[in-house]
Amino acid sequence: MIEIEHLTKTYGSFQALKDINMYIPQGTVFGFVGPNGAGKSTTMSILATLMLPTSGTARVDGFEVTENPKEVRKRIGYMPDFFGVYDQLKTTEYLHFYGASYNIPRGERDKLIPQLLELVNLSDKADTYVDSLSRGMKQRLCLARCLVHDPKVLILDEPASGLDPRARIEMREILKELKLMGKTIIISSHILPELAEMVDEIGVIEHGQMVAQGRVADIQNRLRVKKVLHIRSLDKEEELAARLRDEPYVSGVLADNTGIHVHFGGGDEDQGALLQRIVSWGYPVLSFHEAQTNLEDVFLEITKGGPAT
Amino acid sequence: MNWTRKWINPVLDKEFRLRMRTPRSAISLMVYILVLGLIALGFIYVSMYLGNGGGQTRFNSGMGQIMFYVLSFAQLVLIAFMAPALTAGVISSEREKQTLSMLLTTQQSSSTIILSKLVSSLSFMALIVVATLPVYSIVFMYGGISLNQLVSLFLFYLFIMLMLGSLGVLFSTLLKRTMISVIVTYGVGLCIFLLTGLLYLFALSLVQRQNAQSVLQPDYSWVGYILGLNPAAALISLFEPSFSKQAFLVRGTTLNADAPIQLWQEFVVVYSVVIIVSLWISIRRIRPVRRRRKQAETDGTDGGATMEPVK
Ligand SMILES: Nc1ncnc2c1ncn2[C@@H]1O[C@H](COP(=O)(O)OP(=O)(O)O)[C@@H](O)[C@H]1O
Ligand SMILES: [Mg+2]
Repeated sequence: MIEIEHLTKTYGSFQALKDINMYIPQGTVFGFVGPNGAGKSTTMSILATLMLPTSGTARVDGFEVTENPKEVRKRIGYMPDFFGVYDQLKTTEYLHFYGASYNIPRGERDKLIPQLLELVNLSDKADTYVDSLSRGMKQRLCLARCLVHDPKVLILDEPASGLDPRARIEMREILKELKLMGKTIIISSHILPELAEMVDEIGVIEHGQMVAQGRVADIQNRLRVKKVLHIRSLDKEEELAARLRDEPYVSGVLADNTGIHVHFGGGDEDQGALLQRIVSWGYPVLSFHEAQTNLEDVFLEITKGGPAT
Repeated sequence: MNWTRKWINPVLDKEFRLRMRTPRSAISLMVYILVLGLIALGFIYVSMYLGNGGGQTRFNSGMGQIMFYVLSFAQLVLIAFMAPALTAGVISSEREKQTLSMLLTTQQSSSTIILSKLVSSLSFMALIVVATLPVYSIVFMYGGISLNQLVSLFLFYLFIMLMLGSLGVLFSTLLKRTMISVIVTYGVGLCIFLLTGLLYLFALSLVQRQNAQSVLQPDYSWVGYILGLNPAAALISLFEPSFSKQAFLVRGTTLNADAPIQLWQEFVVVYSVVIIVSLWISIRRIRPVRRRRKQAETDGTDGGATMEPVK
């Protein structure tokens, strides 16, 4: 559905995108992750036909963004990272305006708009002026706006930024519904856990380069993220933690009231050997297991050392 | 409601709504008419009580004409102040309010967006100017002015608004910030209104010195063409055809010795080009321009320089 090939973008002498390649199949929810300034918004505005790439191509549903911008626009709903609303319009008028701008006839809009408001939980705000809506509501309204022309692809640039946790959850619920509707969604964030439970794939961008891309599990494997071993002992956990620091393959040890977390770089055999040693030292081990590495760990691992602003 | 569908596109519809919903519009309308009305009243006061030691206290058509000119010039100046303020922000303010990027991803064409913005501003200005008609009714009380003159005056105003409006839209499209766009538009307006006049006076003095030395004198002088770029001069020539003759320093008093072109005609021709070029550039530059590819594709209306991401 979305194919990006050798995309580069330079602002003056600054290279914001360096040879970006991406392929996002239809119906995928794609998490586009990277620290601020990595080039997420730049990539997304190019996809949204708002900016020209310096070189390379980007296709949406087979249409190249610079060659067929009008066809691309028909197929995408774009939500910018920063957006404003026309304050003097009411919620319904606002959606009517965008609906009309996509050449949707009045009669259809009359039916469609209540449904959209329902979808984003703004039905009770239909007659409210847009500027009196809260930030979260505006964000949802903007999402509804993206959907007026029933686009196949949604390009959402940090839709949850600046939202309080509650609004964030609401946003997430809506996105889940959109996923069920079969939309191809590309959603960016600089905070990974935000996307964790809803994305099918992630692409990690840093300094204008894709550093990793694919299913979350695949990325974890490919990058050989260090395991985190979680160890519980009946007593003397602090002492054990101190001894573990000097063991081979251990790069970090953290002890807290939930147990000892060991960053372990070795393979399965080394892991078994480590357990044997601990037992041989005589510690009463309660549990010893590999903790589930979460997306955040992956992210930190991938973008380690990069200046996250 | 077929005609609304045909003539009112969504952008225009939205512009009209937004325009009439801000109290600012009503206030500017009021202030404008107030200023013009005060000028009219001031003129009556000056001419009736101070002028000619009370000799000319009755209404007469000569005074009506003078008043018509005074009002027309006052209005011209008001328009020169109003047009940039109303148009120099139409695109850049959407950019600043971060609504432009979403508008640009809709199916509305670049020309629809630019022209709707212009038309909506022009309509509002036209409304204001038409609303000053009651002030002109004072002139009709005096007499001496034909309806024709009034109509051509208003058409001339419309043209001036179109010209300044197109320039405003152009700078609003090219420049990122509304403030800068407004300043630049006023600057260009100032050049059109004042610089052309000063340039004419300067050129005139040169030509006159030259003419005094030479024996053979041409039928007319090119300096008139400079004055034809000045809105005030064009306005005068609209009412006094002999003014163009003077401007071009036409020799002889025979009937067929006339100016090569009426100042207002030149004005309309020259600035029509300016209007068209301004709008054309605006339409091309509001969206990013596709760079010319090697295969030389020619199917697009979309073009323009790279646009910054809306931040
Ligand atoms: N219009 C611009 N001119 C110059 N540099 C820009 C412009 N827009 C973005 N940049 C730079 O390009 C880089 C990528 O920006 P952006 O795509 O907005 O990152 P992200 O969305 O991932 O935070 C940043 O370093 C930013 O400073
Ligand atoms: Mg961004």
